[in-house]
Formats: sequence, structure tokens, C-alpha cells
Amino acid sequence: MRYALLIHYPQPPAISLTEEQIAEGKAAFHAYAEALDDAGVLRSAEVLQTVSNATSVSVKQGKLQVQDGPFADTKEAFAGIFMIDVPDLDAAIAWAEKCPAAQWGTIEIRPSGVRFVDGAWTSAS
Amino acid sequence: MTQDAAARAEELARAAYGRLLAILAAKDGDIESAEDCLADAFVQALRVWPQTGVPDNPAAWLLTVARNRRHDVRRSAAHRLSDRLEDLAPGDVASHDALSVAEELDPDAIPDRRLALLFVCAHPAIDPAVRTPLMLQAVLGFDAEQIARAFAVPTATMAQRLVRAKRRIREARIPFVVPERGAMPDRLAPVLEAIYGAYAIDFPLVAGTVPRDSLAAESLYLATTLAELLPDEPEAHGLAALIALSLARRPARGTIDEFVPLDEQDPTLWDAALIALGERHLHRARALGRMGRFQIEAAIQSVHCARATSGVTDWRALRTLHAALVSIAPTLGARVAYAAAVGRVEGAQAGLAVLDAIDDDAAQRFQPAWATRAHLLAEAGRTEEAVRAYERAISLTTESGARSYLERRRARLLGEERVLGERRHSRTS
Repeated sequence: MRYALLIHYPQPPAISLTEEQIAEGKAAFHAYAEALDDAGVLRSAEVLQTVSNATSVSVKQGKLQVQDGPFADTKEAFAGIFMIDVPDLDAAIAWAEKCPAAQWGTIEIRPSGVRFVDGAWTSAS
Repeated sequence: MTQDAAARAEELARAAYGRLLAILAAKDGDIESAEDCLADAFVQALRVWPQTGVPDNPAAWLLTVARNRRHDVRRSAAHRLSDRLEDLAPGDVASHDALSVAEELDPDAIPDRRLALLFVCAHPAIDPAVRTPLMLQAVLGFDAEQIARAFAVPTATMAQRLVRAKRRIREARIPFVVPERGAMPDRLAPVLEAIYGAYAIDFPLVAGTVPRDSLAAESLYLATTLAELLPDEPEAHGLAALIALSLARRPARGTIDEFVPLDEQDPTLWDAALIALGERHLHRARALGRMGRFQIEAAIQSVHCARATSGVTDWRALRTLHAALVSIAPTLGARVAYAAAVGRVEGAQAGLAVLDAIDDDAAQRFQPAWATRAHLLAEAGRTEEAVRAYERAISLTTESGARSYLERRRARLLGEERVLGERRHSRTS
């Protein structure tokens, strides 16, 4: 079963980080990705740039609207995603607990619904 | 000479830090300010000692300098009424100095207030998660970065938690006192827990980056110090025994990537001196005649360590001890360990019956419960169920060494050990 570990944490300038703190965070994420990879459960990992570099697009009102910034301005913003393939939710929780960002943010676990592979939508489970 | 002084200051920092901080902070509960003044005193020692030589009683020297520094800081904070009053009372200052002189004459005159400091760090009003870090900082002088690394928490996060706890101690005026006899059992328990916490750090990350057991030696130091300061508390000795006996087996436990379970460990690798230390504390605890959780856990470790001399493990004694542990501390871990012991003595079916009787939903997500179930099912010859239990245990294991151990057990069950070995080899090469 595929699960998305959606990482949310406070964004700059709400927090300001030193070079060392950034290096420390990178090392922690690297070790985490390696541990997932070693267990053979990692499918993909991506950490995003800060929300100040976000652009939101909508045609909901009938015409194109392009806006600076995130679609929802929250204290903790979406910051990255780890796709993992584990047997069940309990295993996903075990891995989410070990995510470095769980120490300073929140990890939302979302089971995958369907995904597009080799030209077709397939059930993710 | 300079190196001598530096080495001496270094040595003192370790040995005397907690004693000095406990005295400095006790007066107004301000640990932060006491830390600053003590740090200044160490800096001054490094500057002065190379020229003057190390004083006869370096700890008293450091204390005097730190106190004077603190006095200067207070005097400059003229807006505080209490400081003005202190300025107006020269007698107070004089007696202060007289005390310092007396301490310089007699090295033993520096009172040991670390016990009160330990009780402050593990006070019920302090967040349980920060008690262990706070002890490591206040008693052993570790900085936030070292502690953060050991707990695999960002330095800024750990520093913030420590500062918040210290402010709380000062603002809420948590007293620097040793609880009286009546309150002792309730107040001692969190102190023991926090010291044990330094031994059993649950590392959030498991890959080869974090040195496991890195604080085990510090927790042993704290536990033996507590047992010295509270010689008539059996649980303090029980905790010292538990940590010493567990630590004794560390050399045989393998590495992060290669886990060696207890009954496959080579007892000749166990540390005989630590076993002897643990047995002494356990003996002392027993003589005091009040049973407790840490003493039972230490006794369990003692039975395991006895294999070093007897060559066998007394599983009947272990079953009795695990049953006793469940009766006074029925944690999920204790109940699973009891099931394993029952399985050894009465057979796999009996062990499984104990496991099945655990009525706690958390057991479904508890890795040791599934690993134990898998071992018992395998022993009972219920291969298919055992393989499924191993798979579930493996999926819940984030630590690579423990996971490959379980994978090997599963593979052995399927008669595929050779195949798996080849696959593992090709992955690492």
C-alpha cells in the first residue's frame, strides 16, 4: 500500500535558521531517506522550496487568476513529500514517527488512491 | 603549564560542575544565571591558572569567582529591589566571603547539593520530555548541541526546550530542596525515570548517523551518584544495578547494522567489572528490603549475566521475575517479555496464550509483540502464521540491524537463507 507522508512545518520568516541548523536538518533528512531506502520502502522524496516562492493558479471564477504565494496561508505550510510503500497504516505511522520534521512540524499520512502508470490509472494498493 | 591548567579545568568541569551549579542556583532558582557565572569562572581559571598555578582547592576557587561574578551582575541590575537591599547589607557580603574562605581551607566543605538539583530537574511541574536533557545540562554541564545530537533533535529546538524549563524553574520558584521522607516515593520515581531516560534514549533515527548508547555512561554516572546520595533508597541502587548490568553486555550486542540477540551473545565479551558493580548495587538494594520496578529489572539482567559463569540461563527464575514485573509495572513491554519467558519455560503455546491475553490495542502496532509472536509461532511449528507475523514485525521495524535479524529468521523458516544472503550481498556490493 502506498502512502504519502506530507510534511508540514513553520516557514521562514516565521523561523530563521543558521547555516549550521540548515546543515543539521539536511543531514537528518539524508539519514532518514537512506533508512527508508535501506528498508526498500521509499518510492520518491521531494523537499520543496519555501512557500514565499509559491504561485497559485485558478480559473475558478471564469478567468485565469495567478497569485503570488500559497493557496492557504497557514502557520505550518506544506514543505515536502515522501512516497512510501508499506503493508499498512501502522507501518506508515512507524516511519512517520522517525521523520526528522516530526520534531518541529507535523507529518500527515495520506493513503494513495489511484496513480497513473504506463499510460493507465491503476489502483495504488 | 598552560596545557596542565587547561586539562585541570577540563577535568574539574566534569567532576565539579554539578556541585558548583547546584550551590549557585539554589539561592534564587536561577539556573541560567548560575550557568553564565560558572562559565565566566572557568574562563577566568583558564586565564589565571597558567600564571599562578592551579589553586589547592580549585573547586572552591571557581565557586568564589562565580559568586563574585554573580554579585556583580546583581549589583548592576539596580532596578531590582532585592538587589538594592542586598547592597545595603554589607554584613551579608562579609559573611559570604568568610564562607568562601572556609571552603578554600577545607576541600570537603563544599556541600553536595546535587540531590536537590536532581529533584528540581525532575519536578512534577517540569515537562517529562525535558527532564533528562535538563539533568544532563545542569548536573553534567553538557551544552544544548551535545544533548540535541544525542536525542537526534535540532539544536535550536533542544536549546529552546531547555531555556523554557529553566525559566519555569525560576519564575515558578521551584524549591531546591530534597523532599521529606513522606513525599520521597512519589518524587523519587520521576528522578529515576529521567536518569533511566538517558540510558534508554529512543532515537528518532536509526541509520548509522547517531551513536547509540552515547549517553549510557552518563546515565550510569547519574545513577551511581544518586545511589551514593540516597544510600537507603533501594530503587536508587536498583537503577544503578540495572544500568550497570545492561551496559556490561553492550560489547556483545553487535552494531547498528548487525544486531545480536541476548541469547546468541558471547558472554566472554561482557564487561566483568560492570557486572560486579551492578551486583554490588543489587545486593545493597536487596538488603534494604523494599522491592521495586528497577530492582526487578536489574534482577532480570542479573540472571542473564549469570550465564557468563554458569553457562546456562535460568528461565524459571526469569519467568518468576517477569511475572513480578508485570504485577507492579504492567507496561506493554513487560507483558510481552513475560510472554516470551513463559514460552521458554512452558512451551510456545503457553507463551502465545499470554500474548493473546494482552487486551491493549497498542499491541497491534508494537514491534516487540509481533517479533515475539513470530518466534513463538515458529517454535510451535505454525510456519505460515509465523511468516506472516515476521512480515508484520519487519514492516514495523525502522532499525536496519533489527530488521535484517528478523529477515534472517523469516528466511530460515522458509529455508531460503542462502538465497536471501545472496540478495543482501548483491545489494551492499
